[in-house]
Amino acid sequence: MSMFVIGYYAALITASCIAAYFQNRKAFMLLFSLTLVSFVLGIVGGVPALRGVTVFAGILALAAGTSYAFREFLIQVCSPAIAKELRTAPLTAAFGMFVIFTYAIAGIFAPWIAPFGQSEVIASAFEPPNEDMLLGADQLGRDMFSRIVYGARNSVGLALVATVLAFVIGALAGLYSAVKGGWMDQLSGRVADVIMSVPSLIFALLILSIFGTKLWVIVLVVAIIYSPRVFRLTRAVAGNVVVMDYVEAARLRGEGDWHLIRKEILPNSTAPLIAEFGLEFCFVFLLIAGLSFLGLGIQPPTADWGSMVRENATLISFGDITPLIPAAAIALLTVAVNFVVDWMLFRSSGLKEQ
Amino acid sequence: MKDILGLVAKRLGLGLVTLLVVSVLIFFAVELLPGDIAQAVLGQMATEETLAKLREEMGLERPAVVRYLDWLAGAVTGDFGTSLIDGEAVTAKITDRFINTLFLAAYSAAIAVPFAITLGIIVALLRNSIFDRVANVVTLTSISSPEFFLGYILILYLAVKWSMFPAIASLSSGMTFLELLERTFLPALTLVLVVTAHMMRMTRAAIINLLASPYIEMARLKGAPPWKVIVRHALPNAWAPIINVVALNLAYLVTGVVLVEVVFVYPGIGQLLVDAVAKRDFPIVQACCLIFAATFILLNLAADVGAILTNPRLRHPK
Repeated sequence: MSMFVIGYYAALITASCIAAYFQNRKAFMLLFSLTLVSFVLGIVGGVPALRGVTVFAGILALAAGTSYAFREFLIQVCSPAIAKELRTAPLTAAFGMFVIFTYAIAGIFAPWIAPFGQSEVIASAFEPPNEDMLLGADQLGRDMFSRIVYGARNSVGLALVATVLAFVIGALAGLYSAVKGGWMDQLSGRVADVIMSVPSLIFALLILSIFGTKLWVIVLVVAIIYSPRVFRLTRAVAGNVVVMDYVEAARLRGEGDWHLIRKEILPNSTAPLIAEFGLEFCFVFLLIAGLSFLGLGIQPPTADWGSMVRENATLISFGDITPLIPAAAIALLTVAVNFVVDWMLFRSSGLKEQ
Repeated sequence: MKDILGLVAKRLGLGLVTLLVVSVLIFFAVELLPGDIAQAVLGQMATEETLAKLREEMGLERPAVVRYLDWLAGAVTGDFGTSLIDGEAVTAKITDRFINTLFLAAYSAAIAVPFAITLGIIVALLRNSIFDRVANVVTLTSISSPEFFLGYILILYLAVKWSMFPAIASLSSGMTFLELLERTFLPALTLVLVVTAHMMRMTRAAIINLLASPYIEMARLKGAPPWKVIVRHALPNAWAPIINVVALNLAYLVTGVVLVEVVFVYPGIGQLLVDAVAKRDFPIVQACCLIFAATFILLNLAADVGAILTNPRLRHPK
């Protein structure tokens, strides 16, 4: 039994006791079940498994600390009304906001942050990390770190444009259908049904095989594939607002459809739409990443996370984690957005589960 | 009983119409090609004579509607034409691969469905406990990760570092069933991870929704023991949402398979589709898309029909 193992169990059991003393039931349950699980893990995996748990717990604690600090920071800099809302944000949501903030910084200031250009060949292929290159070189000898930073601009930017377009198409059609009703409503409803009855990746592959992998084709196809989701939600939300008396009053005043949409309906349906924007962004981002991974997305030499995974995939069989980094970058952002959306949905629904 | 049959028939009819519309979409999307298929196959440099010859071979001079009906009749009888690249029959290329894909999907479903539903029910019963919170974060992470991320992590640890399973799912004809299960374990596990997360969350939501309804509270208040509340009162109404969850996730499984097949170089129909898209081999693209879309629509249909059939209110009308 090494010092590490003794220290490990001593720390866990002390922490459990402290939690029990302060009557924090949740923390106690978590810590003590971790102790019990560690017995099994220690027997099966030995000291390395316990070390793994320690590292994992350390990372988790670091993330929690960062999120806490970031939430406090946001509360300080924001106006009192927003700060009040932020105080209710769980740590996961704060973590999500922190990650989104970091990605935004990386994307906007990519040329200043990245030490090299995205298609600049500076070393031999697959060179391991050194003091110049934080993450080593890729299959053509380009700096991996710089490409990841530029990827934040290209991959996320493309997904953002596609999401905005999907949103504009879907929301406009939904609002218009809700206001107008009649055959327009029926027609857009059926079109949405048909688009949603084809799996999104399959639909995208079909269209890309025909028009080739140009950027505008990708954006347009992805926007069309995901607009029915927005359409349905907007149609449902706006449908509830349209029957309100104040909309009727505006109609009787003789306001046009456009005024109804802009001044009466939209301001009263923003909350669910904002949450939907986040969800939609995740779907779009994952679809585009999948397409790039299949070699049908953003074309080289532009840095893009999906295609970077595919280009460096051979390294996996040598036990190197380099190809996992861009994949992890994708996963981290979608997780972060989902955390924030989760909180916003919870807040806007006002629903406190029993 | 008549009501149920009527509802089911109506839903089946709607599914058939959707399938027809989707087939129109798949066929006429290719008609949107700048130029036509012959031009796309031969490229810009083709002379007028060769173009005309190819057009005649492919029957392109006939109107599109006639060709569509021809294609649809072929598709219904299992004939999808010939590949543009090597002239082989598309059906021959697809059949084996389709069986492989179905095998992979069935393998993952066999693990994922019981696992996810049990976990989902447990998490719903333990809701708002620390375990529920942890499960929420873990499943959310798993859903948000792209399939290839999970796949490569599994390859890195289970195949390369600890060499427990083969990294590449190559199949050969003389393998025993057990060998087959071992070879395809990693791709199946990747799909299981993604689908389980989805299914767990949906099962949890369905059960919690149900437990909040007034008649469950009534059962609790009259003093029925907890297991009886679940078995006698909750479950009969829970089948519909659970069947729905399973069918929707199977539909997801069938399409999520495309990326997983590429990661593990699995000889399935998804990989064939991706290759065909890169080579612009339209008959194969159309056939694969039709098969995927049909499976997706059928499973969604099954979800709706299952929900209708298990609805106690419809089965025992007043």
